[in-house]
Amino acid sequence: MEFFERFAIPHPSPAIYASMVAIAVVSIAIVVGLTYFKKWGYLWREWLTTVDHKRLGIMYIIAAILMLFRGGADAIMMRAQLSAPENKLLDAQHYNEIFTTHGVVMILFMAMPFIIGFMNFVVPLQIGARDVAFPRLNALSFWLFFAGAMLFNISFVVGGSPDAGWTSYFPLADNEFSTSVGTNYYMIAIQIAGLGTLATGINFLTTILKMRAPGMTLMKMPMFTWSALITNVIIVFAFPVLTVALAMGTLDRLFGTHFFASTNGGMDMLWANLFWVWGHPEVYILILPAFGIYSEVISTFARRNLYGYKSMVASMVIISLLSFVVWVHHFFTMGQGAFVNSIFSITTMAIAVPTGVKIFNWLLTLYKGKIVMTTPMLYSMLFIPLFTLGGVTGVMLGMSAADYQYHNTMFLVAHFHMVIIPGVVFAMLAALYYYWPKMFGFMLNDRLGKIGAWIIAIGTLVAFMPMFISGLDGQARRMYTYSEASGFGIWNMISMVGALMLAAGFALIVYNIYYSFRHAPRDIGSDPWDARTLEWATHTPIPEYNFATMPKIDTYETFWDSKKKGTTLFPDKIEKIHMPNNSGIPFIMGIIFFLWGFSFVFAMWIPLIICTLGIFACMAYQSFENDHGRYISIEEIEETEKELGGKR
Amino acid sequence: MMKELFPMKQVMGFIFSLVLTAVALMVYFFDMSFAIGMTILLVTAFIQAGLQLVLFMHAGESEDKNAIYITIYYGVLIAIFTILGSLLTMVWTYQFQ
Ligand code: HEM
Ligand SMILES: [Cu+2]
Repeated sequence: MEFFERFAIPHPSPAIYASMVAIAVVSIAIVVGLTYFKKWGYLWREWLTTVDHKRLGIMYIIAAILMLFRGGADAIMMRAQLSAPENKLLDAQHYNEIFTTHGVVMILFMAMPFIIGFMNFVVPLQIGARDVAFPRLNALSFWLFFAGAMLFNISFVVGGSPDAGWTSYFPLADNEFSTSVGTNYYMIAIQIAGLGTLATGINFLTTILKMRAPGMTLMKMPMFTWSALITNVIIVFAFPVLTVALAMGTLDRLFGTHFFASTNGGMDMLWANLFWVWGHPEVYILILPAFGIYSEVISTFARRNLYGYKSMVASMVIISLLSFVVWVHHFFTMGQGAFVNSIFSITTMAIAVPTGVKIFNWLLTLYKGKIVMTTPMLYSMLFIPLFTLGGVTGVMLGMSAADYQYHNTMFLVAHFHMVIIPGVVFAMLAALYYYWPKMFGFMLNDRLGKIGAWIIAIGTLVAFMPMFISGLDGQARRMYTYSEASGFGIWNMISMVGALMLAAGFALIVYNIYYSFRHAPRDIGSDPWDARTLEWATHTPIPEYNFATMPKIDTYETFWDSKKKGTTLFPDKIEKIHMPNNSGIPFIMGIIFFLWGFSFVFAMWIPLIICTLGIFACMAYQSFENDHGRYISIEEIEETEKELGGKR
Repeated sequence: MMKELFPMKQVMGFIFSLVLTAVALMVYFFDMSFAIGMTILLVTAFIQAGLQLVLFMHAGESEDKNAIYITIYYGVLIAIFTILGSLLTMVWTYQFQ
């Protein structure tokens, strides 16, 4: 019995027990359902072992949407607790746990897989490739992310949630002040998911540099692919810092080192420093692909080419450099003095310039365009004004002297939600509507989509604008309650209304998926938006080899030109196609990594060693496996192409 | 003929890298101040890394040498920014205040 005591929750509540029951019931229901409908084989063959970038992309997106609801549930609980002064819905400890998991889940397990999911689905299609450079590594990336996400998500029912904030600052995060295993979950789950992300970075960098269709020079790449390239460069240089910081944090918590301790020569603020050396580039990892999506959507629905292609590329390259030299703006108040703060204030304000260039390019694209207001376009139009609010307040925070007033108040919370929601979340929703027909062969309902977009946009404003005010009045972030005399009550009540609107908006999206699945017509062709880039030159549904023959690229919008001028995009004759085989190894490694992480969290060394051996065994097996992939014969390709309406 | 086959560059590089290692080892065997020792270590380490990269990892011998060099420069630049910036905020600023 003693052995099992460690898995108990240190600070339980009826809601947590209810969640345990719910998790158990849902898991059993899934197993029973799969068995009843005899879907295990299908699941294994088509999804769990797949190395196809399109399917991995879809799995990333499904996982991201699930995590959006987990993080959203956290958010509603926090807003409900704060909606009235001296509220007793949650106690301080639960509030701490919830804001911690909310932040980690939303940034690392919602936003990241969302963008990586679209990168997976779109980038190979946009550059005319048949898959990514290392398909099996790509599957491993997904399963590592998924193992990390699941490990993090069970923390609140097994052993206790992390509670030191998504930034997990030391010395608070050290054993002395965070006694439960919660912060171990933080260190290890993020580590596992982070390794997956790093592998993705290398994989896509190689893919984009090496696998473009003949004729597609760098300056002829679609803008989303450009943004993915720059993003992956940032990933490759930023994520190792997180890896190292998390490893040092793990050593401190589990092996008694003192890297971040306040005693014995440790440097507690070194954690904050390393965290933000990764953390600021991370926010650009999130926003650049979102910008890429907006560029695609805006030029498609303004019915013209993107204004200022070269300046778009240049501004992203500049952002990629500048994003590495601003991190200190996250701790201006740490005490490093006016000189250092001034340097980082200037770099911070400088980064707003290339960002502004992009905004003006979109506006100028619209200015000369013939606008078609579809749901993805509506999200893009709502993005521009709302994101500007977040950006301008960011520049306010970037002035170090002023930041002493704003730092760690609700003003800061309002800033980053006003950049992340209109910036990243709107882009992902726009992409969901935009790419849905390519992914699933039918369109989502436009009217429901637009209603949802308006509800979400207004909900965002109602939820977060009041925080600017209560923040300036002095309401601190991460406080579980406040007094009536403070006068914050009204602002938080308004916020609660906004949060409910957001929840309603997301629920409407889910309903829209259900509704369109039932009612939407299926004969939409392969290019329903009359779009401009190569991904729309494929059939719907996309055959596993994407393109029967390689497209030949001569301008930046060759697909558009081929539609308008009638030039041929696919001049070659069909030849047999070489494709990678499916593999169970990535999935199995994902499971072992999950068990490895779980053992690590609870410092159970023997299972940890066994899992480590298991991981190496998988890698050895993988190295010695003799798998040269397979060929799809010409006849089979011709057959498929005929079924899909003829070779392009 | 013999001359073309003999990997002169690589052999010279190998000898040079041994020399660099020996120089770095001096820091251990001879008595010197921390600053001088650190300088020797840093300088030899960076030359060593560059040598390995160019001679033995064959950077610059393939078609995509531009891509390789650009990423290396980019990486070095980011590393320098990060290290100097961290030193500035975590150490130097307190020494000069
Ligand atoms: C115009 C560009 C931007 C500027 C000048 C800017 C500036 C800042 C500053 C100075 C802070 C720290 C404030 C404080 O702690 O007192 C901050 C926090 C933050 N920003 Fe931004 N920002 C910008 C854009 C973005 C974007 C595009 C994102 C994400 C997509 C983002 C996400 C965040 C997050 C998540 C935090 C808070 C982290 C935390 O403490 O938990 N920012 N920003
Ligand atoms: Cu930042």
